Amino acid sequence: MAGAVSVAGQEPNLLMRLMSRPTALAGLVVLVVVTLAALLAPWLSTHAPGQLSIVNRLTPPGSAYLMGTDDLGRDIFSRVLHSGRTSLMVGFLVVGVASVIGIFLGLIAGFFRKADAPVSRLIDAMMAFPDILLAIALVAALGASATNVILALGIVYAPRLARVVRASTLVIRELPYVEAARALGVPTPVILVRHVLRNVTSPLLVQATFIFAQAILAEAGLSFLGVGISPDIPTWGTMISTGRQFMSTAGWMMLFPGLAIVVTVLALQLLGDGLRDLLDPRLAKDI
Amino acid sequence: MTLQTALENEDTTAPLISIEGLTKRFAGRGGRTVHAVEDVSFAIRRGTTVGLVGESGSGKTTAGRAILRLIEPTAGKAVFDGIDLFTLPERQMRAYRQRLQIIFQDPFSSLNPRMRIDAIVGEALDARGFPRGEKRRARVAELLTLVGLSPDHARRYPHEFSGGQRQRIGIARALAVEPDFIVADEPVSALDVSVQAQVLNLLSDLQQRLGLTMLFISHDLSVVEYLCDEVVVMYLGRVMERGPARQVYADPRHPYTRALLATAPVPDPTAKRVHVPLAGDIPSPLDPPSGCVFRTRCPHAIEACAKAVPPTETVGDNHAVACIRHRELAAA
Repeated sequence: MAGAVSVAGQEPNLLMRLMSRPTALAGLVVLVVVTLAALLAPWLSTHAPGQLSIVNRLTPPGSAYLMGTDDLGRDIFSRVLHSGRTSLMVGFLVVGVASVIGIFLGLIAGFFRKADAPVSRLIDAMMAFPDILLAIALVAALGASATNVILALGIVYAPRLARVVRASTLVIRELPYVEAARALGVPTPVILVRHVLRNVTSPLLVQATFIFAQAILAEAGLSFLGVGISPDIPTWGTMISTGRQFMSTAGWMMLFPGLAIVVTVLALQLLGDGLRDLLDPRLAKDI
Repeated sequence: MTLQTALENEDTTAPLISIEGLTKRFAGRGGRTVHAVEDVSFAIRRGTTVGLVGESGSGKTTAGRAILRLIEPTAGKAVFDGIDLFTLPERQMRAYRQRLQIIFQDPFSSLNPRMRIDAIVGEALDARGFPRGEKRRARVAELLTLVGLSPDHARRYPHEFSGGQRQRIGIARALAVEPDFIVADEPVSALDVSVQAQVLNLLSDLQQRLGLTMLFISHDLSVVEYLCDEVVVMYLGRVMERGPARQVYADPRHPYTRALLATAPVPDPTAKRVHVPLAGDIPSPLDPPSGCVFRTRCPHAIEACAKAVPPTETVGDNHAVACIRHRELAAA
């Protein structure tokens, strides 16, 4: 157990330690590949993502069109690559917004007894709405734009993170090491970050990977309902929604963007799982 | 510092901290009140150790926490170095916190599992504005050596240590701010018996070397006898008896103290033991008995015991007892 950690100055860094966990490493590699593919979409794609070709509509996957074409004859492969940019961005930013709000609310509710009831009721009230409905309402209020969709989804998912953070904070608040910090006169904000937040990271990471996946799908739902990111910017979600109509005749229209989401989310969860273990010194068994 | 407190500092017999009428009540279910600590008074002289004993639920831990204001006391005074800690606003209290430290019972949850040892001890150094860098590394190493650990333990995580070692780390953290007063809250009761002795020896050794003033909370009478100059016996939030350890052990006056001492194991199988039956459990602090709180379990209780809270009577040099029948019982 003591192994590599104890050798002063020779601690393996996070990346090196990640190497010892094949599943987490696989997740990281896949995620890097997906991200690179999205970033390099203009160079990797075989067609322009918006290029129509009515004669070639609904062509099954083949040598001309790697992943087939959609109902307007657009190349699915190129569109999946391009969509990845928006979808990944939405996913990451939504997790970011939700984390900032959720962690803040969760820490406040969990740590300060007096703030718990009002903040918790707010969280409950927000969670009482169906996700999509609340997102629609928020987008309607804020105005439809990419930024507002991200903001709205961030607000929608923030209560979930807030709950997780609050629950853990309630436990950690009472632990002697927090009391020890108070006895030393450590300022409360420092206690919150150094002692509480640091010990909440495991459930937080797990929840964040879920939210990432759901944000991609929710964005699709919003686009489908016409309140999402403008339809001329392709996302995996919009591609699935349009493909749905041709599910029985041209399954590839849904299959490939769907696969993209599955692969990305899976990779993210594998990585999140590995990170959770690696960030916890008790579970980190070193090489 | 006034002239008077300066003079008091010179005088080793003057109390460093004196607790007067310390009371802590919690709001219980249904608007009821939990009487955790009621009207507790005692003083601790500079450089001495006072043991706070009592069974589980006697309020000894709450008392220790309240003195340091880790929980806010309901009433009372804690005069430390001439200043009543309970009246200080939280911001000023922060400046005092470094002079008052605590060692916890559970060595497993008292160290942040995600921080390395040098960060844990370093946090204490931060609190008093100790500079970072080489000097700090040296100081951490020094503190670890002081508590019997090796300086190269600094880069490890708490989970790599045993309970006894963790307790030493907790002690190093408390000592890092060079406190005047330490509350040791059952520091060895979570440890194996073999390790208990080591940690107790360390505490006793540090106490002498650094001239620490300590409040030692424990339910183990033999441990208190070994380490403490004075004892305060608590039951259901109230002080039953207090006095110099030797005197209380040799001549316990309160029936509760007698019962406690009678149940303590003696390392002599042939020793004759007078058993004072102490039936049942400690009553609920939600609804403490009227008058003397011990009367429901006291073998000598009479009607008068239920009438009023017994006054604390002095029975010897610094030795006081709260029992209306202590004289007749001593004579019997």
